[in-house]
Amino acid sequence: MLPLAQIDDSGRRMIPGTPVFDGDAAQAGYPLNAMCYSFNSQANRDAFVADEEGYMARFALTPAQLAAVRGRDVNAMIAAGGNVYYLAKLAGIFGLNVQDLGALQTGVGLDEFKAGLMSHAVTERHVAQLEQAQ
Amino acid sequence: MSEVIGGVFTSHVPAIGSAIARGLQQDPYWKPFFDGFDPVHEFLHREKPDVAVVFYNDHGLNFFLDKMPTFAIGAATEYRHEDEGWGISFPRPYPGHQALSWHIIEEVVKSDFDPVTCQAMTVDHAVAVPFELAWPGAEEFPVKLIPIAINTVQHPLPSARRCYNLGKAVGRALESWQGDEKIVVLGTGGLSHQLEGGRAGHINSDYDRFCLRNLARDPEALLQHDVLDIVELAGSQGVEILNWIAARGALHGSVRELASNYHVPISNTAAATVLLENRVTVSA
Repeated sequence: MLPLAQIDDSGRRMIPGTPVFDGDAAQAGYPLNAMCYSFNSQANRDAFVADEEGYMARFALTPAQLAAVRGRDVNAMIAAGGNVYYLAKLAGIFGLNVQDLGALQTGVGLDEFKAGLMSHAVTERHVAQLEQAQ
Repeated sequence: MSEVIGGVFTSHVPAIGSAIARGLQQDPYWKPFFDGFDPVHEFLHREKPDVAVVFYNDHGLNFFLDKMPTFAIGAATEYRHEDEGWGISFPRPYPGHQALSWHIIEEVVKSDFDPVTCQAMTVDHAVAVPFELAWPGAEEFPVKLIPIAINTVQHPLPSARRCYNLGKAVGRALESWQGDEKIVVLGTGGLSHQLEGGRAGHINSDYDRFCLRNLARDPEALLQHDVLDIVELAGSQGVEILNWIAARGALHGSVRELASNYHVPISNTAAATVLLENRVTVSA
């Protein structure tokens, strides 16, 4: 069922195209993810929009994280330790949903990304017959 | 004596919450998913459970990376959903059941689990969306909530077997509860989906069907994969199947599937809803 496991130099299992959000990523990504977590609040989202640089300065983002946010570069945010659950809150400020994020990360247009999902389209429904004698 | 009447298992995609907020249940894109809840509504209307024990994962509302529990059990008087970054907060509060929460905590710790306990706790879309789906429209939710959060965000995640055994321990606690409540168990999230990386958009219907086929009759089949196997098979967010596995573990009786709806895609997700009946096995 599974292809042969791929192992990196430090002995960690690699899954192609699939960043695993482990302790290293969580540590590296902490400032960026902390900023994104703050966007649960509308007031903080407004503050970010009003002064992006000033808002980022409060969270001590790394140079790579600053560049990724300035460039709206989702792949660079992930590479810098961003976790998609938190990044989704930032993406919302930019008017992007998770399908937009998927298209941006895979380098295809939004329509092509949606078409890829639709290629799996199916509806399978089962309902058991209720027992009459109850 | 309390009674565990069954389990409701469902995807919890935030976009479902947005569709509910915009009243799109009959829209052609959404209808095949929402229609899967008709048998759930009939079941809940007939059985009228008093308590819902919900296994789910928090995506960054109550828990952040500063403190990330592997397992957390709510013991609050009331829970609320709040804005998660996109402006939707469902207004109906979720009443708690503190006495039963503490009973569960006592019993699972006796079974060698070490959960974080939360007397103040918000619940995110992974609880709010399933509640909106299961009990739409009513002025107040007719059940009391016991939320049990499982870390599916920051690796290392608990193994499938560990989650299943947590569910079993919760099931034993529910069986030993002396109250007369009817209890429904919920497991939320999944099925296959992946939001990030070059494999974003990954769907694996073969693995999803394997889970759906075995959930009622052979849940231990789902324990053969380790967490990274599941990530590879189901996608990095498809690993939320751990919540389903835990919830299934809490059903100890004679379990039968009453309804199943598998609908691909909803947003980036292979969505599914399953209703299982749990009947107490009577010993002579």
